[in-house]
Amino acid sequence: MAKRTGIEVSIAIAEAARQANVDVVSAYPITPQTHIVEHLAQLVADGDLDAEYITVESEHTAMSACVGASAAGARVFTSTSSQGLALMNEIVYLASSLRTPVVMALANRSLSGPISIWNDHSDVMNERDTGWISIFANNGQEAYDLTLMAFRIGEDRRVMLPVMINFDGFILTHVIEPMYIFDDEEIADFIPPYEPVCVLDTDNPITMGPVGVPDVYTEAKKQQEIAIRESRPIIEEVFEEFAQRYGRRYEPVETYKADDAEIVLLAQGSVIEAAEVAVDLLREQGRKVGAVELRLWRPFPFDALREVLCGTSIKQVVVLDRCISFGGPIGPVLSEVRSALYLEKDRPMVVGVVAGLGGRDISLEEYVEMFDVGEECLRTGKDSGEETDLVRIVGLRE
Amino acid sequence: MVEIRFHGRGGQGAVTSAELLALAAIKEGKYAQAFPAFGAERRGAPVLAFTRISDEVIKLRTGIYHPDVVIVLDPSLVKAVPVVAGLKEGGLVVLNSKKGPGDWKKELGRDDVQVASVDATSIAMEELGVPITNVVMLGALLKAKPLVDLEPLEEFIAQRFPRIAEQEIKAFRRAYQEARVE
Repeated sequence: MAKRTGIEVSIAIAEAARQANVDVVSAYPITPQTHIVEHLAQLVADGDLDAEYITVESEHTAMSACVGASAAGARVFTSTSSQGLALMNEIVYLASSLRTPVVMALANRSLSGPISIWNDHSDVMNERDTGWISIFANNGQEAYDLTLMAFRIGEDRRVMLPVMINFDGFILTHVIEPMYIFDDEEIADFIPPYEPVCVLDTDNPITMGPVGVPDVYTEAKKQQEIAIRESRPIIEEVFEEFAQRYGRRYEPVETYKADDAEIVLLAQGSVIEAAEVAVDLLREQGRKVGAVELRLWRPFPFDALREVLCGTSIKQVVVLDRCISFGGPIGPVLSEVRSALYLEKDRPMVVGVVAGLGGRDISLEEYVEMFDVGEECLRTGKDSGEETDLVRIVGLRE
Repeated sequence: MVEIRFHGRGGQGAVTSAELLALAAIKEGKYAQAFPAFGAERRGAPVLAFTRISDEVIKLRTGIYHPDVVIVLDPSLVKAVPVVAGLKEGGLVVLNSKKGPGDWKKELGRDDVQVASVDATSIAMEELGVPITNVVMLGALLKAKPLVDLEPLEEFIAQRFPRIAEQEIKAFRRAYQEARVE
């Protein structure tokens, strides 16, 4: 039976990697890191995890080692953040195009400059089009559960793609909170040993990662696009099996009191739970508000999102972005949500706000302010135009 | 929900205080969070740590601006930082000091609050031989506000400090006995 225990979220995520019995961990163990790789290093050093722990001289090499190990048939885990992920970027693309199902625990943190390693979503949004499956957790339990599920999803032979699990740096990683941690035996048969499709083997040589001349590059990219699109039902299959076995249910898009809501706040990560507190507060005042969580970021859950937002009571969506798309459409989440709804006839208006950049705390009052932005938009009937295209930052000091 | 702010200096273990309290609350079946202030910590510089304890799931992850309880591990901090800033009306201040609670109420200019004081530095020097007051101050806190039972907390103190568990628990109990609350 899973035990309820007080544990630092980073340690729980490292425990998930241990329970998945990873073969190789490679990481660059200095700022911006978390206790995740520190704990794994300790487990390997103490003999509590039979894995190869490859320390490297940079994140670029950390991801290179991960891709190489995965190509050789190993179950691979890494974790990073912020500029660390930015430095990995080149090889992040290789992991998905070589179909190496590396699992990455990504403690979402900001990008410089000014120099910052505090929490926002700049790092993950920079990786939006790398071809990784990308899923958001909004509390410690979810970060632990999803890290476990990431191995099942990525390594499924119908998927064979790397998976990043997103959870807010500091806000989640540095917090001790109650979580249910599985007994090793209880989770062991949920994650069977990894069976790679093809491996680098000197006795049976194959080529992985050759040059994609113009004659084949387009077709390779098409295959990659099909692969991630077709991962969607498998992701839901794994969510469903997890729910059946352990009772905690995950969905690509989740809602809170949205059934009869007119205005919803749509966001990702730990802000969702705080938004729910604001929803409860406003509901007490008779306001018809709710929250929508875009848990699955890649592949983008177009149908699930439309089902929640279109042809329902929802008239106004306020999208909370945790980073800025400079000179662009406010933020990446707003851009994608608007795009997903564009062709729908019966769709709500969509307006965007940005908050919580580089560790700026978002107070309860500021969540209320976001719903006020929605109300104003609904009243004026305008969700586009010069005024609404401006980047509206909640919590900005004037 | 009870929100607690710990004031310490880098290296004094304020974060450990916050964690031990949360772990004990969770062990009792409550919900709790412990987290540090996310800054660039340096040894000796003023630092903050926080604990939330509730009977219900805690969804709020914002900073704590209006604590119910403030605990000050280092006596020199009262002059250095505004330790009672934002403290709720009728809240509790737990101080490491030789002076009694009555004097402190005057000094802090808050006669609405409850004050607990204990000479934690002397207790720590006598029992541990070092002026580290993080565990000691938890004893004073529980005297003023029984947020958790002593036993689960002592269990986590022993786990965290296996080599000096006995001394830490003795110091903790002494603070529980010796704290004055008004």
